[in-house]
Amino acid sequence: MSTTAVPDVAVAAVDEGFWTRPRKVGAVLLALGVLATVLFGALATGQQARFTLSETEGGAALEIQGTLGAILFGVVAAGAGGALLAGVPKRWFTLVLGVGLVAFVLSFLCWQVSAAPEGRNFMPMVNIVRGTFVLALPLIFGALAGVLCERSGVVNVAIEGQLLMGAFSGALFGSLSGNVWVGLVAAAVGGAFISLLLAVFAIRYLVDQVVMGVVLNLLAVGVTGFLYERLMQTDADKYNSAPRFGNWEIPLLKDIPLLGPALFRGNIFLYLGLLLVLVIHLALFRTRWGLRTRSVGEHPTAADTLGVKVLSLRYRNVLLAGVVAGIGGASYTLALYSFTKNMIGGKGFIALAALIFGRWSPTGALLAALFFGFADQLATYLGAIGSSIPNQFLAMLPYLATILAVAGLVGRVRAPAADGKPYVKG
Amino acid sequence: MEPGEIHALLGENGAGKSTLMNVLYGLYQPDGGEILVDGKPLRLKGPSDAIRAGIGMVHQHFMLVPVFTVAENIMLGAEQVRGGIVGFLDRRRARREVAEVSARYNLRVDPDAVIEDLPVGIQQRVEIVKALTRDVDLLILDEPTAVLTPQETEELLTVMRSLKAAGKSIVFITHKLGEVKAIADRITVIRRGRTVGTASPEASRDELAALMVGRDVRLTVDKQPATPGRPILEVAGLVVDDDRQVRAVDGVDLTVRAGEVLGVAGVQGNGQTELIEAIMGLRPTLAGTVTLDGEPIHGWSTKKVLRAGVGYVPEDRSVDGLVKEFSVAENLVLDIYDRPPFGRGLALRPEAIAASAKERIEQFDVRTPSADAAVGTLSGGNQQKVIVARELSRPLKLFIAAQPTRGVDVGSIEFIHSRVVRERDVGTAVMVVSSELDEVIGLADRIAVMYRGRIIGIVGPDTPREEIGLLMAGITPDAPAPAPADGAATPGEATGGTAGGATPAPERPGNEDEA
Amino acid sequence: MSNPNPVSGSPDKEPATEAELALTGKADRGATMTSPKQSAPGPRPTLGRLFLDNLWAANTVTVTVLALVLAMLVGAVLIIVSDPDVLATYGYITARPTDALNASWTVVSEAYANLFKGAVFDPEASGFTAALSPISETLTYTAPLVFTGLSVALAFRGGLFNIGAQGQATMGVILAAVAGFALPLPPVVHLVVALIAGAAGGAVWGFVPGILKARTGAHEVINTIMLNYVAVYFLSWIIVQNGVQNPDRADAISRPVDSSAALPRLLGDNLRVHAGILLAVLATWAIAWLLNRSTLGFELRAVGANPDAARTAGISVTKTYVLVMVIAGMLAGLGGSQMVLGSTANALTPLVIAQIGFDGILVALLGRVKPWGVLLAALLFGALQAGGNRMQSYSGISLELVTVLQALIVIFIAAPALVKAIFQLRAARAARLQTSLAKGW
Repeated sequence: MSTTAVPDVAVAAVDEGFWTRPRKVGAVLLALGVLATVLFGALATGQQARFTLSETEGGAALEIQGTLGAILFGVVAAGAGGALLAGVPKRWFTLVLGVGLVAFVLSFLCWQVSAAPEGRNFMPMVNIVRGTFVLALPLIFGALAGVLCERSGVVNVAIEGQLLMGAFSGALFGSLSGNVWVGLVAAAVGGAFISLLLAVFAIRYLVDQVVMGVVLNLLAVGVTGFLYERLMQTDADKYNSAPRFGNWEIPLLKDIPLLGPALFRGNIFLYLGLLLVLVIHLALFRTRWGLRTRSVGEHPTAADTLGVKVLSLRYRNVLLAGVVAGIGGASYTLALYSFTKNMIGGKGFIALAALIFGRWSPTGALLAALFFGFADQLATYLGAIGSSIPNQFLAMLPYLATILAVAGLVGRVRAPAADGKPYVKG
Repeated sequence: MEPGEIHALLGENGAGKSTLMNVLYGLYQPDGGEILVDGKPLRLKGPSDAIRAGIGMVHQHFMLVPVFTVAENIMLGAEQVRGGIVGFLDRRRARREVAEVSARYNLRVDPDAVIEDLPVGIQQRVEIVKALTRDVDLLILDEPTAVLTPQETEELLTVMRSLKAAGKSIVFITHKLGEVKAIADRITVIRRGRTVGTASPEASRDELAALMVGRDVRLTVDKQPATPGRPILEVAGLVVDDDRQVRAVDGVDLTVRAGEVLGVAGVQGNGQTELIEAIMGLRPTLAGTVTLDGEPIHGWSTKKVLRAGVGYVPEDRSVDGLVKEFSVAENLVLDIYDRPPFGRGLALRPEAIAASAKERIEQFDVRTPSADAAVGTLSGGNQQKVIVARELSRPLKLFIAAQPTRGVDVGSIEFIHSRVVRERDVGTAVMVVSSELDEVIGLADRIAVMYRGRIIGIVGPDTPREEIGLLMAGITPDAPAPAPADGAATPGEATGGTAGGATPAPERPGNEDEA
Repeated sequence: MSNPNPVSGSPDKEPATEAELALTGKADRGATMTSPKQSAPGPRPTLGRLFLDNLWAANTVTVTVLALVLAMLVGAVLIIVSDPDVLATYGYITARPTDALNASWTVVSEAYANLFKGAVFDPEASGFTAALSPISETLTYTAPLVFTGLSVALAFRGGLFNIGAQGQATMGVILAAVAGFALPLPPVVHLVVALIAGAAGGAVWGFVPGILKARTGAHEVINTIMLNYVAVYFLSWIIVQNGVQNPDRADAISRPVDSSAALPRLLGDNLRVHAGILLAVLATWAIAWLLNRSTLGFELRAVGANPDAARTAGISVTKTYVLVMVIAGMLAGLGGSQMVLGSTANALTPLVIAQIGFDGILVALLGRVKPWGVLLAALLFGALQAGGNRMQSYSGISLELVTVLQALIVIFIAAPALVKAIFQLRAARAARLQTSLAKGW
């Protein structure tokens, strides 16, 4: 999946003269900042907007008067936009852009929190941060599965199916054995099973990888749904009562304000997910396996001329991706909920979006997943304080962001060059 | 091959040089014969065997991962690792190795540069370093100068000399006489898949050119002298970039008159493709004008150009000329399907298409089981006839044929040539672009030779082919025999041709192994 | 995936593989012929073998039937392993194998019998309505699938993979429903307006990825997936808005569509089959005409098969991409419209269009991306749906089995090489058996 233009498309990437990409981004940011200052400032109330560093109203808090905050942060965002428009050194671009976007979000929050009904005009940051991570977790696993596949040149649209199969087999075998670890292994195998089908059809039979991914998703929905209704619904005690991993508190770290309670009192999946981001990042960019994986995804012919075994590496990585996604699926059924039909509900596709938005890198995918998780958590929060913003529109955010990213409006994303192309020797 | 020898493999495009070397590197399996290394027969199952046997190859299309750094590309496949099973890359050691090899052979490369940011000449240097770090004794360079500027070529020749001094053997594949004379110790000339002779570098250019292009097969085309009329196509000061935004056509002026055939000769990749695509509206023109019968047509859409009475046979028929899945009949109307009588409004008229197809198939002697057969099932010659039939079946002012007989059997060649001449005789301006010199000489009334994006000379068809051959190598008659070290370019040409940063276009992908 | 033709493994390529299939069939025959011990029956291939070869070489129908059979076999396994009672008999299979086999046979055959009865004909049914009911149900489910299937197939032919039929259908159903209850119009006009609104909704949702592809090269697969979800959230938002939500209900359901905008039922009020199936046939004919008999279809097919050659011949590839996506969106939008204008529902709910967009992908693949093939494939899928309903209520086999069967059929279709491998496996094993026997002898 790349964003390469079709041959006769007048590629709009020719940034000529004054309107370079940073300047265009700056102009947009400036407009957003002005909008925030005027609109959010006007709509915000004189109430205090409290951001508490706990799960409740009490405790230490950062607070600011609503209108003031909305205007102040709006001006900061506009200023960042103006700076980009005026032209900043290239290495500062990301930083300035980040500051601007965060300020825009804060301006928005000042308005929302201050406009909330009396007594609810506070935002418990611990809840928000923890919720962000919890909601981002399946996305992280899913996007990592995507990274593993697509970096070696196999498009993975089947993330949804891998997550679902992992969740299902984790629940089923966890329940049957009564052991979480058995469940975890089963979940990994379940995800790998979908991966195996993808690998065999894509690599061996050269079936179009996107087509195969779509069909595998439907297969996973069907198989798990069918077995769910036949087994789990009829005898939930036996088939759908998997034991769950408890929360592990990490000494010392758990006492860090804000981050401690949000991050270091989580379950195994949270730690595993973050660890995997680190491990896969290191492996991809620092090890022999990673170098070869990336070469196979970019230029398999070159890799082949240097003695890299293209196909077997692809098989291995696709299977590994299934294992990762399968474990991601288990983060539902072995920690939070019992299995229900189609319980992944499109998270696999947001994971795909996170993968693309994060530019096919593990850390990028993590950040994208956190952003999407935050949007999700924010929607819940705004619903709770009776906001006037419909939460459906916040829920659309990840998808719209991805469309903008792919269209090259928010930086150009580039897929591995050989992504989706079967390798046939000679 | 002897140690410390530079052996040039000389031959025209498609003579089989690249194929031979790919066999040597284990990429292709030989159908017969054997390869001897140090007197022992060698079976190569893949490139890794070749590397192990001490053979390295720099491919015509570089085998470099564009988004990797130089060091990463050089490491790949032979990584130095630490940390046991985890296999952490030892980048420091890789960098040191790159630095060492660079220093030893005077090949300056920055190990941390990203390949896609590097100019082609440096990329090639990376390829050479990559081979050298693998301790090869024999280095195959496949058309290494095809993509280089004269200065870069000069540097490459220096590198080759220092490699030779270090005792490495080099196979140097090329079709450029000047370079061969400048550097080779021994020369083998290949034509149509056979060795036609060996020569020493002392042999004269004329001898080598004669060996390379061959005198024995001279295609004859029956034709009367031309009666040129008014100018139809006029190109002035045309500048065009190739796909990689490298200048490919650098100020071309030419005129084609009604009733004459202008042949454009030249080694492939000297801007011919881009020139034609620009005329056809398939590629943006950066400067200059193109007029058709007095009307400026640059900037027009392809459809408009075709409608204005231009017939076009693209050089790569399977990519640009035909839709292989379509039937013969459909391909015969590929650019006139929406014109009466084939289309009216939104509707196609299959009867009209079928009737016309029947007629064309007969007229142009297309051998096909039926008009409904998929065109991809036809032989190359018949596929080409379908294109020619399509383009010649409407009234034309200008007919452009690029490589009209590439990969076509002899019978079809004659037929296509006769049709081209007939088109000329009815008063159409005809432009034939071909890398087959015989074809150009046989068909053309005037021959324009293209070199590095320019027309280096326009000569008559009676000009000795050796002279044209020299022009194709960039050597104009008035400035003959440049100093050997000068490589391919004459001094005048070098300054004139590179002032605008002209580098010739690389050959289009897919043409590399058309042996 | 910068491959201009993203369907490198698409069914378009299947004729080649089938030819290959035929070839291997022959090669196989050749192999058995050269086996010296086997020459006793004479060098002539047996009639059965010849028949099988011809069957292989025959056509896509064979492969489809084989895929269906394979899928149902896998389905049978799933039914057995998910039935604890039957599974229990396998606990003592060595002691009394008949128990296990009988139990398995009973449960599987009953399920598939109900599938058949629900989809085609129930011999025990009495009366006109009851006898026609299965067919009526099948056609009801078929109609929208034809539209989404055509949508995906058309895009495929134009070289684009439209995963967005689901989103386009969603936008279609929203606009059709709103037009259906908000506009006070006379009967026939109202229906026409509602259908046009639905088509327009889908067209807009197809236009977006089309123009993005043409202008920026953004891949349509990613964008259509994303737009699917945007549409889903838009639907869930609009349902609960004032003027849209049913004032008598607290849950997420819209006001019902006026009867003046409903598609008329064809066989009386007791049978659900409605005029949508006629529209579907009409649409199939129209798309078949468009593809094969129109200049636009010519451009579309040329661009889909070889964009370079199309461009060289003066066809605008970008314009074609946009147009293809708009028409594909229109078709999916029409398919979505039927979900409220037809007889399955008359108001918007979050799940109103079920899976018709995703099923459309399978239908298009199964129908070999040819319009009339799509119609037949949709008929098969409609029958599976209808039969699945009966299977669910009579045999207690979850409707999800139908999804499994559908996906499996397409998987088996997608790789004829696999079907070949599976069936050749047997032939090969048999051959090995023969040689080993021969050795012993």
